[in-house]
Amino acid sequence: MSLLGGLLVFLLFVQGGQSMLGSLARQEDEKRLLINALGRKWEYTFTTLVTFGGAFFASFPLFYSTSFGGAYWAWMILLFCFVLQAVSYEFQAKPGNIFGPGVYRAFLFLNGVLGTFLLGVLVATFFTGSEFTVGKGNIAGLGSSGFVISQWQNPLHGLESLANLRNLCLGLAVLFLARTLASLYFVNRLRHEVLEKRSRKFVLYNGIPFLLFFLVFLIWTLLAEGYAVDPVTKVVSLEDKKYLYNFIEMPWVMAFFILGVVAVLYGIFQTTFNQRFKKGIWFAGAGTVVTVTMLLLVAGLNNTAYYPSSIDLQSSLTLENSSSSEFTLTAMSVVSLFVPFIIAYIIYAWGALEKKKLGMEELDSDGHAY
Amino acid sequence: MDLLSISAVNWARGQFALTAGYHWIFVPLTIGLALIMAIMESIYVKTGDEKWKVTTRFWQKIFGINFAIGIATGIILEFQFGTNWSNYSWFVGDIFGAPLAIEGIIAFFLEATFVTVMFFGWNRVSRKAHLLSTWLVFTGATLSAFWILVANAWMQYPIGMEFNPDTVRNEMVDFWAVTLSPVAYNKFLHAVFSCWAVGASFVAGVSGWYLLKKRHVEFAIQSIKIASLVGLVGFVMLAVTGDGSAYQVAQKQPMKLAAMEGLYTGKEGTGLVAFGVLNPAKKEYNDDVNPYIAKVEIPKLLSLLGYRNINAFVPGVKDIIEGGYTLPDGTTALSFEERKVRGEKAIQALADYQMAMKDGREADAADHEAILRENYAHFGYGYLETGADLIPHVPITFYSFHLMVMIGMFFILLFVVLLYYLYKKKMNNTRWLQYVALWSIPLSFLASQLGWIVAEVGRQPWTIQDIMPVEVSASAVSAGNIITTFILFSLVFTGLLIAEATIMVKQIKKGPESLPPADHTGQ
Repeated sequence: MSLLGGLLVFLLFVQGGQSMLGSLARQEDEKRLLINALGRKWEYTFTTLVTFGGAFFASFPLFYSTSFGGAYWAWMILLFCFVLQAVSYEFQAKPGNIFGPGVYRAFLFLNGVLGTFLLGVLVATFFTGSEFTVGKGNIAGLGSSGFVISQWQNPLHGLESLANLRNLCLGLAVLFLARTLASLYFVNRLRHEVLEKRSRKFVLYNGIPFLLFFLVFLIWTLLAEGYAVDPVTKVVSLEDKKYLYNFIEMPWVMAFFILGVVAVLYGIFQTTFNQRFKKGIWFAGAGTVVTVTMLLLVAGLNNTAYYPSSIDLQSSLTLENSSSSEFTLTAMSVVSLFVPFIIAYIIYAWGALEKKKLGMEELDSDGHAY
Repeated sequence: MDLLSISAVNWARGQFALTAGYHWIFVPLTIGLALIMAIMESIYVKTGDEKWKVTTRFWQKIFGINFAIGIATGIILEFQFGTNWSNYSWFVGDIFGAPLAIEGIIAFFLEATFVTVMFFGWNRVSRKAHLLSTWLVFTGATLSAFWILVANAWMQYPIGMEFNPDTVRNEMVDFWAVTLSPVAYNKFLHAVFSCWAVGASFVAGVSGWYLLKKRHVEFAIQSIKIASLVGLVGFVMLAVTGDGSAYQVAQKQPMKLAAMEGLYTGKEGTGLVAFGVLNPAKKEYNDDVNPYIAKVEIPKLLSLLGYRNINAFVPGVKDIIEGGYTLPDGTTALSFEERKVRGEKAIQALADYQMAMKDGREADAADHEAILRENYAHFGYGYLETGADLIPHVPITFYSFHLMVMIGMFFILLFVVLLYYLYKKKMNNTRWLQYVALWSIPLSFLASQLGWIVAEVGRQPWTIQDIMPVEVSASAVSAGNIITTFILFSLVFTGLLIAEATIMVKQIKKGPESLPPADHTGQ
């Protein structure tokens, strides 16, 4: 799940690019090129999000039930802007689309900003906690407020997470990371001098706020209290600097985390200061996958409650109390054997389509354009 | 049930129905078109005839417009299991989540990866690689249908699981029983052939319009030929798999079958209502009012189709509620009241088990667990109030079923006639047939929606047959929140549907590329 999360954050570069359609591109043909460069990749992000959802359902049904059914509005808004995205590439330039290209591009912008930001905020709650209770006996009438097992205790249903500064920091960090990755992707992908030059500048313009927000979130989280689980009694309690200790107690996670961060920084600074360097997206992309994966592992491993309840510690979700049965997890592991095969054909398809860089001419000659 | 007002449940139900209904406008067309495109492109690669390439690419454009909106409505459905049905998600997520995840891993990536090669690869990969990509898009879409229907079928016929009183959920114990359940593969085949049918009627109808307008005649004839073949196979197979599905319904969801037929009092050698008008004066299942105003019945056919025996007893609504008849396995059917008592016992035993475990009274817990297991097959009945709660909306189920079957029969005839006229090379000049093909397009979409209405309205009140009613499945989200998202989705989906329809009409009016494509110009 952590790896899927890492891949998803990397692929959010599509959303990052969507949030810059108005600022990075100044002419109509530039906009069209950007839309087409992103439009050839949006389905990967979308599919990864859907798979992430399905895999969460299969692996941690109690998270699915608690978070989606509880942080209702946060998820609904997030999903809603992905709904708008799904039609926008195909519809925006088609005659007869009723609302005009501007509206569909506004949808893309909305998805670009909200999709990344809200996902960051929701992931931050893995460290900061949410307001819910879980009572598995409720369905048998043991609870005091109906049959529902997981109940959100804040009427804002997830929007209250926006009032937490630390959540906002990760939300903004993910937004600026996605924009940085998008800029790196454009540098790598486009055959368009003006856009490439501008994208290099955008790498830095977005890379710096990303670093800033990410560091604030990281340092704050490392120094804050975390949600520890007693391995014997399963009692959840607050522990000072829990996440810092998780890093220290799992040195391999820390090593990979640092490696990931270094790769992201290398991608950003090499691209900014070396005008010939175009492979920044691969360094920063791989770095993002590794960093996010490690961060998610820190949220759940080493006797930690990965989806904590801030109002009732004992309702917090741990890997053990919220996961599927061993049988289902084994079945899912067998299905995961397909993953290398899937990666192989994605690499084939990506390679087959990317042999040539994308310039204005290809938009007309490739047989399908947005 | 303070938090969970019935109103919230009904809005959640309405929202799911709305999303599923919209999603199912686009999915069958996507899968049907994918098959038709793949066949056309195969002919192109085999013959090298550029005309087939033009034909393929035109339908690919229509596919693309439709594919996007299918995805848009699909993502909401997946997450709605969590947002709207969170209790359900925990109670059976151990089983239900797996097919959804497998759908993502195996089917969606295949589809999403090769759809980009299909769209953008005409000049970037070889002809054969492109053709393979088109077939893989079709395969991915079909596999996706398979896994989601495995999930749906499991709700209608829950097997391969065991209830765990510690985790308070059902856990999977037999993956293959879930995946290969007879309900699942019948449903899968029936749904997939309905996609072929919808895609074919759409292509035939649009081609009919070109013929009426005398535009792109050769292209239209090419298209209508493939569509008619796919359509005939699709509709004939719908009849075959429909029979399989009805047989499964008779065995596993007798109340649904009774509602489909408007059958209140069962008998041996029951006939099939070929055509009927229900009596609105029938208010109670056990009043003496005749359920029909008029009906035309084929004798003994329902017994034959449902139980493969012309003299078999088919229970009606009243029988199922009152019990006492002999089941196919020789045992006597329990009444609703008996099942309710057992269901309540099971729920109480679960509560007692939980308390006993909490207090460390393991011997007591074992006793409660034994009671729970003994009565678990009736668990969901413990949440229902009266026998009437077991009855789905009979008129909706009845009319949807009968209309669907009638439309299906009409299409078999239509495609036979189309193939005959194509064979005789008279299609070009037969305007009435071109009109019929064109105006039949909405009928295939309607039939396809009606099929889902039968399946889903007919299984009410159950989310999971006999185990969990809809009222207990929902999330603790107030009606106000759900109404807001319901309105939001209604507006957005309707707006997008209108936009999609007008874009498609524009593309159709524009027609295929001119022949021959001198420089592979796409758009």
